[in-house]
Amino acid sequence: MRVRTGRFRLYAAVARAGFRRYATYRIATLAGVFTNTVFGLILAYTYIALWDEKPGLGGYDQSQALTFVWLGQGLLTVMSLMGGGFEGELIERIRTGDIAIDLYRPADLQAWWLATDVGRSLFQLLGRGVAPMAVGSLVFDLALPTEPLRWLAFLLAVFLGVVVSFAIRFLVALCAFWLMDGAGVTQIAMLAGVFFSGMLLPLNVFPGALGEFARALPWSALLQVPVDVFLGKHTGVGLLQTYAFQIGWAAALLTAGRLLQAVATRRVVVQGG
Amino acid sequence: MWIRSLMAYRLSFAMTALGNLAVTAFDFAAILLMFSQVDRLGGYSLPEIAFLYGASGTAFGLTDLAMGSMDRLGKRVRDGTLDTLLVRPVPVIAQVAADRFGLHRIGRVVQGALVLTYALVVLDIDWTPLKVLMIPLMLLCGTGIYAAVWVAGAAFQFLAQDAAEVQSAFTYGGNTLLQYPPTVFTKDLVRGVTFILPLAFVNWIPALYVLGRPYPLDLPAWVAFTPPLVAALLLALAGLAWRTGLRSYRSTGS
Repeated sequence: MRVRTGRFRLYAAVARAGFRRYATYRIATLAGVFTNTVFGLILAYTYIALWDEKPGLGGYDQSQALTFVWLGQGLLTVMSLMGGGFEGELIERIRTGDIAIDLYRPADLQAWWLATDVGRSLFQLLGRGVAPMAVGSLVFDLALPTEPLRWLAFLLAVFLGVVVSFAIRFLVALCAFWLMDGAGVTQIAMLAGVFFSGMLLPLNVFPGALGEFARALPWSALLQVPVDVFLGKHTGVGLLQTYAFQIGWAAALLTAGRLLQAVATRRVVVQGG
Repeated sequence: MWIRSLMAYRLSFAMTALGNLAVTAFDFAAILLMFSQVDRLGGYSLPEIAFLYGASGTAFGLTDLAMGSMDRLGKRVRDGTLDTLLVRPVPVIAQVAADRFGLHRIGRVVQGALVLTYALVVLDIDWTPLKVLMIPLMLLCGTGIYAAVWVAGAAFQFLAQDAAEVQSAFTYGGNTLLQYPPTVFTKDLVRGVTFILPLAFVNWIPALYVLGRPYPLDLPAWVAFTPPLVAALLLALAGLAWRTGLRSYRSTGS
């Protein structure tokens, strides 16, 4: 039990460090909030035009669609949909060989980076998520939940989304063991993330089979699912099923990451010098 | 030099150029997905929106190709490497723009040009010599206007240092805005990008003339021919801002 709490304390400290590290970039954070807000405004008007043309599209009314826009802007960096998370650094460490030092540490590689990333996303949620949402709710009529429980349910969905997002990016970063250069895979993963998370357009609006396919992929756990929980689309047993969907993907991807990590670390050849 | 260094890895170059094409293709995919559900957006058909999209996208791509490296200026100011550029006998702005010149950004231009070509083929326009002339003029002036915004943004980074994203709000944000017809946005927003930050001259105003559509603010028809003036004026102002910024630059002292 002693060891357990020690471990927990270690990862909590790592997460705090991840939080604090991003909290230092105050001007950059403000600039980011500004950009998210500008994009939120532009997208909101295009969504209004779209929902004016076809009310009830994707099962959302207009204010729910607008809520989707602003939550999307708020969660963009939380979920690292456009990059900017830990993966760039991990790839760099693999490329330069610094990874060998990490493997010597008495901490698990995957858990270590997960803790950093959870800390980072918590900061992004507070630093870059709240402000655009506040602006959005001042300018537009958003569908904000009134029950405190739904806010909690939403936060849990966001947390699970962060874990799934981490698991995907960890797999992407490990590819650097074989490719030495992560630029290509990172870009493909980013594209897939933006498209299949619902960032471009809610997945419910995707036509037919493409929509069903997109909703079954792990990326829908990053934005589509948390937004639907926020809008109260999943309640009761449905809510539990939604969480199960997120947890299922998280478990599958984390396990895949663990296996890949085991294979990859066997490949590490440390150059002397 | 940067082209040579890129060409050293031809496959990698091809992949990143294709990647850039794909990245930009995705926002057109979003528009296509929207049109899988509706026939019109803000009263405009898909080919008309493709025309606006292609015009803005091509101009934006050309600017990005020429000076996409400008957003690294803030980093150079922060770590003091701008000093190296100051001592060379070449204008700093040319050096910053050419720094890591990325020919792979050609993908963005190609994507914009493809969408524009599609629009021109599908659209049923009453062509007059003036309208034909308007197409290259629009791309040229659009590139100039975007370039001015880019330079002004870079000048702002002398001041803000760590605020590269503010620049993106105007460059990438402007491009996203102009991909949709002005009827989608509120009158105030349209007024703002017409009279205050005149992005509307990149494509909205000349393109609406070509399409034979009225501009939402009651502007006279000849305004469609003013983009060269607007571009020249903006470039002059941006140049001024750049010089002011550069003069205020103090090295890190390290």
